[in-house]
Amino acid sequence: MAHSAQAEAAHHDDHPTFFRRWFFSTNHKDIGTMYLILALVAGVVGGLLSMAMRAELMQPGMQIFGNPEIFNAFVTAHGLIMVFFMVMPSTMGGFGNWMVPLMIGAPDMAFPRMNNISFWLLVMAFSLLVISLFMPGAPGATGVGAGWTIYAPLSTKGIPGISMDFAILALHLAGASSILGAINFITTIFNMRAPGMTLHKMPLFVWAVLVTAFLLLLSLPVLAGAITMLLTDRNFGTAFFDSAHGGDPLLWQHLFWFFGHPEVYILIIPGFGIVSQIVATFSKKPVFGYLGMAYAMVAIGVIGFVVWAHHMYAAGLSVNTQAYFVFATMVIAVPTGVKIFSWIATMWGGSLSFKTPMLWALGFIFLFTIGGVTGVVLSNAGVDRSFHDTYYVVAHFHYTMSIGAVFSIFAGWYYWAPKMWGYMYSEALGKLHFWLMFIGANLTFFPQHFLGLAGMPRRYADYPDAYAGWNMVSSVGAYVGFAGLLVFLFSIAYMFAKKQKAAANPWGVGATTLEWTVSSPPPFHTFETLPRIK
Amino acid sequence: MSDKTTQTERRDRKGIIALALSGLVAGMVGLSFAAVPLYQMFCQTTGYGGATQKAEAAPGEVLDRTITIRFDANVDRDLPWTFAPVQRVMDVKIGESSLAFFRAHNNTDKPVTGTAGFNVAPESAGRYFTKIECFCFTKQTLAAGQSVEMPVTFFVDPKIVDDDTTKNISEITLSYTFYRNDDQPDVAAAPAGQNSGS
Repeated sequence: MAHSAQAEAAHHDDHPTFFRRWFFSTNHKDIGTMYLILALVAGVVGGLLSMAMRAELMQPGMQIFGNPEIFNAFVTAHGLIMVFFMVMPSTMGGFGNWMVPLMIGAPDMAFPRMNNISFWLLVMAFSLLVISLFMPGAPGATGVGAGWTIYAPLSTKGIPGISMDFAILALHLAGASSILGAINFITTIFNMRAPGMTLHKMPLFVWAVLVTAFLLLLSLPVLAGAITMLLTDRNFGTAFFDSAHGGDPLLWQHLFWFFGHPEVYILIIPGFGIVSQIVATFSKKPVFGYLGMAYAMVAIGVIGFVVWAHHMYAAGLSVNTQAYFVFATMVIAVPTGVKIFSWIATMWGGSLSFKTPMLWALGFIFLFTIGGVTGVVLSNAGVDRSFHDTYYVVAHFHYTMSIGAVFSIFAGWYYWAPKMWGYMYSEALGKLHFWLMFIGANLTFFPQHFLGLAGMPRRYADYPDAYAGWNMVSSVGAYVGFAGLLVFLFSIAYMFAKKQKAAANPWGVGATTLEWTVSSPPPFHTFETLPRIK
Repeated sequence: MSDKTTQTERRDRKGIIALALSGLVAGMVGLSFAAVPLYQMFCQTTGYGGATQKAEAAPGEVLDRTITIRFDANVDRDLPWTFAPVQRVMDVKIGESSLAFFRAHNNTDKPVTGTAGFNVAPESAGRYFTKIECFCFTKQTLAAGQSVEMPVTFFVDPKIVDDDTTKNISEITLSYTFYRNDDQPDVAAAPAGQNSGS
């Protein structure tokens, strides 16, 4: 009682107006909330783009896109939005901001005002990217139709319109936002842990955020450099990627994937952290092999920087180079396996309860493992020669980084929603949401393996009749998944309408981390007196 | 008391960590730009990506084994030239210096300048494909309607048979692509043909 009264007082002292509270916010919880809202909006936009794509691909021939270039622009925007404005803002920006200070017993982030800048930069970046969809791109079309990898020379000579420049600047801002965020997280975690909270006692989600922040810090500047070269090649007469003047388009691929491969771990590692928390909580056991789990993430992060050219097997690497990248890529399966088996071992003999967050976590483990297995298949240069740029690759990366990461985000949402908002979600709606998404995702992406094996190339608006059957199945699956998203939106509205109060710790003895020791929702300022960890 | 000192210490450390991390970011941006010259040096010294080698003269050692050289010619769409190899295929002894010709014709009534980019396939052969004289080393200007034959003097380095990755190569394709070379280097932004060429 006294606690909430105090919270109420702090509430009135600290943010007298709506504008000051949300626009000038320096509070990690408010900023985390804003990140989650941004991610939700971006996720709906990105999801609608993918619905249009699946509607087009449902049958052979052109259905809803008059110009295939616009389809390509949709593909590109879907990829960029989901990567930079849905997954990253929800795992790092949303859950990271909300939970890292709570989990390590810190009163806030190390640089609260920088946190605010990070968020608003990302809003600007998102706006620029959405604007780019409506700007002239390839001749006779709008938007960037170069794929999220924006390979030169397609992104230099192929898209003369200004939409490409908008997208480049959007990536610059998003990159700056993430770099500032990463500096903030690392400083917070290194410097603001409560007394007794040693690095080896930190919850695995905090470890995941720490590893991810380092990946961001090392990879995003390379993207920034590469897209700056792209921008000057397009507008200021440089020739970094122009072979006519001694440049090399392959340089783009090297620079992009030196960023791009760590980027996919940036998307998934926070998910590893979330799933570790949830599996331990709902098994009522501490996570199996804590140190192994933490250092497996570190190992994945480190190896992630030396495997980039496995995206470039078709670009003409020498046999020895390919052999190295095949080997290094397969090595990643080892720490990943450590994680999968440790989750299973955590559940082994545990007192399991299949609440909604646990269902999502199990769905994550299942789908991520399937994606990991097809990843090992694709890591073989010889096999990849035939699967390169087919729907097999699309299926692979949607199982891992996209659907895998999305499942971890929903798992985190249902796990922490009672903490963040103080209300219990509806268990029935949560489970309906899960089963719709689970069936939808598998129905969408599993047939894409068959399409890829049959040779259907990605990034085309049309295909021969031979591919019609599985494309129809895939599109129906996508609609089922989207119905799941609508259930999710409804469940949010239902939760806030119903206002069923959540306890400080609704999960019982399994939830041992510090965020469950404060009230739900937590007071505006937490841990002004630092907790002591034994 | 002790709490206060640890707090100031912490604040100092916070700044240092943030500064160090910013340094890391600046370093990575620097590295990504340094990749441009490094990548070029790397390709030229190792023959990576089919970059060929340059020499003053043939090594003198000629092996009793022939290798087939194929010739390929391309023209960028901004360059109004016709460009083709005079001979499609040539059988040469490994180590022997040989001469091949390419023919270029300027299809316009204005002088036009171009430069040629080149590489060989398979790429692993780049390290052993050595040019002594090549039209690709310099800019070429053709007068209105002019035709020229452009020579290449080259040899295949005998060391090719000592390298496990290249000893079984029986054919090498030498490929050229001619690009327009105006003084204004920005091909992407300038509409083709805007510059009259010099």
